[in-house]
Amino acid sequence: MYVAVKGGETAIANAHRLLADRRRGDRSVPALTLEQIAGQLALAVDRAMAEGSLYDPELAAMAVRQSRGDLIEAIFLIRAYRTTLPRFGTSLPVDTGRMRIERRVSATYKDMPGGQLLGPTFDYTHRLIDPAMAGDEPVEDGARRDWPGESCPRVTDILGHEGLIEPDKSADSEAPGDLTREPLDFPADRDLRLQALSRGDEGFLLALAYSTQRGYGRTHPFVGEVRIGMVDVEVEMPEVGFPVTIGRVRLTECQMVNQFQGSAKEPPQFTRGYGLVFGQSERKAMAMSLVDRALRADEFGEERTAPAQDEEFVIAHSDNVQATGFVEHLKLPHYVDFQAELDLVRRMRREQKARATDAADEDAKERDAAE
Amino acid sequence: MTAALPSYNFAYLDEQTKRMIRRAILKAIAIPGYQVPFASREMPMPYGWGTGGVQVTASIIGPHDVLKVIDQGADDTTNAVSIRAFFAKTAGVATTTKTTEATIIQTRHRIPETPLKEGQTLVFQVPIPEPLRFLEPRETETRVMHSLSEYGLMHVKLYEDIARHGHIATTYAYPVKVEGRYVMDPSPIPKFDNPKLHRSPALQLFGAGREKRIYALPPYTDVVSLDFEDHPFAVQAFDRPCALCGAEDVYLDEVVTDDRGGRMFVCSDTDHCEERREMGFVGADDVEAGQ
Repeated sequence: MYVAVKGGETAIANAHRLLADRRRGDRSVPALTLEQIAGQLALAVDRAMAEGSLYDPELAAMAVRQSRGDLIEAIFLIRAYRTTLPRFGTSLPVDTGRMRIERRVSATYKDMPGGQLLGPTFDYTHRLIDPAMAGDEPVEDGARRDWPGESCPRVTDILGHEGLIEPDKSADSEAPGDLTREPLDFPADRDLRLQALSRGDEGFLLALAYSTQRGYGRTHPFVGEVRIGMVDVEVEMPEVGFPVTIGRVRLTECQMVNQFQGSAKEPPQFTRGYGLVFGQSERKAMAMSLVDRALRADEFGEERTAPAQDEEFVIAHSDNVQATGFVEHLKLPHYVDFQAELDLVRRMRREQKARATDAADEDAKERDAAE
Repeated sequence: MTAALPSYNFAYLDEQTKRMIRRAILKAIAIPGYQVPFASREMPMPYGWGTGGVQVTASIIGPHDVLKVIDQGADDTTNAVSIRAFFAKTAGVATTTKTTEATIIQTRHRIPETPLKEGQTLVFQVPIPEPLRFLEPRETETRVMHSLSEYGLMHVKLYEDIARHGHIATTYAYPVKVEGRYVMDPSPIPKFDNPKLHRSPALQLFGAGREKRIYALPPYTDVVSLDFEDHPFAVQAFDRPCALCGAEDVYLDEVVTDDRGGRMFVCSDTDHCEERREMGFVGADDVEAGQ
């Protein structure tokens, strides 16, 4: 006799137990420490912070560990925690011009104040798996320079002096929007759009950015510059009457410089695409700046024809926590709806068969009559 | 390295968030069938797994409520178990599997067979709140269509079904018109359940977390399934009763019993089936043999 399946509770408890077992792996191997993850898998931690939109390397390292290295799962853990945190206020806009530069490259000028600084990049490594990675050989310290103390003006500011690039719009007096606190409405303002892109899935933005380079919404981009380093986060303290530094975060910023023909109202000038991401993530910041520029099509009277220019398409699908949840929810039971579809398909097949039989009978009758 | 361990409010959400969601719910009740945008929070369960329903339930639940959670009509499907455990843990509320005992019922894909009463609230988990989405994917367009009551496209779609198949080929998430104004997606319940929406004495709330929308049917709201005069709306009918309890006018699950096409049909609503069996109703316990 059939008995309705019971025991969901035990099944879930056992699944969690097995998951914890697999997460820990072989007990004779020492467990990963948070210092190891944050220190040696720093870029994974950075990605979890960037798309989790919460700057906390320690918490992100815990999430990476808990998720067994599944970064979207780690991002999800961070988001679910972030949503419960109180909001104390808004920081002042960070000044990336005063960044303590670890890396800074420009593709538009050979040299400029502050210079080019390669920093810790994979760029010119030959991608040969290094046998040393099988062990723990001593590693030299990095070469360091003394902080020159000179400011490192942004390439877009250099262009700006000549008026060759559209000016950065000054921040309006309103507090920036927050799509995690207010429902997003289309068309969205650029602050919300940039927030969505900064939290968006690296892979999705990378593919969209790539599509603009292959002709789906071309923007003629040049990397004005990419810079990575630490910036101070300041908040206005009404009690003391001046901004107070509350911490320091590592950021990757990309200023993309794009061609623009000009219009009846505007002289020919370069335009901007902007990318800003927590941690070290050049790929994400560059992709973000390309997509940001593509999404500004309307501002420059460009025809919107490509997916990367379609705000609703891009922003509604860029969040990997939303995407993974909805795609993976298909594995939940759907048997009520499936039953309804089964019933319909069977009925339609019966009807089709009946029609075919009727038609055959008609044919036979006609033949009989003709004979 | 040690991080401070987080602690959570009653029913997980903070009170500010609950207030924001309650405002959205009140607006939804004031405009039946209208999709109210709300600042959906990121929940500790995945989007698409009931985050909208969970946020609605978390915002309306009090310490004295009795909660029932069903998925596919059953209390013991894993996701229903998981959501029930979430509220038992974060709100410490009493839970039940009995429809008649519950003050709040959160559901995915079904409406209980036992008629609901005044004072009960049914909370639906909604994946895609926009009934026009698969006719027009853009939110900017569909919102205008709703504001102008421009529902011709939906009727054309249903008409095309009839032209092609001889009848409307939508079996679940069957669109309804609310109080003669808004076309609404009743969530993916089988159309079998649509008549239960109509003038229900219970408050019916719909939460879509990923899509950030809440909508509602206040008690005794007119809810009419879309149809044509010559092709009136009809629900699924099963040509056999439940094999376990013998119930006839209920929605059935088809359970495969072997790999040769053998199957049996049993109540999808597990509580309803159990109650009937406790009352002494017995089904034929028959397995339909395959070929």
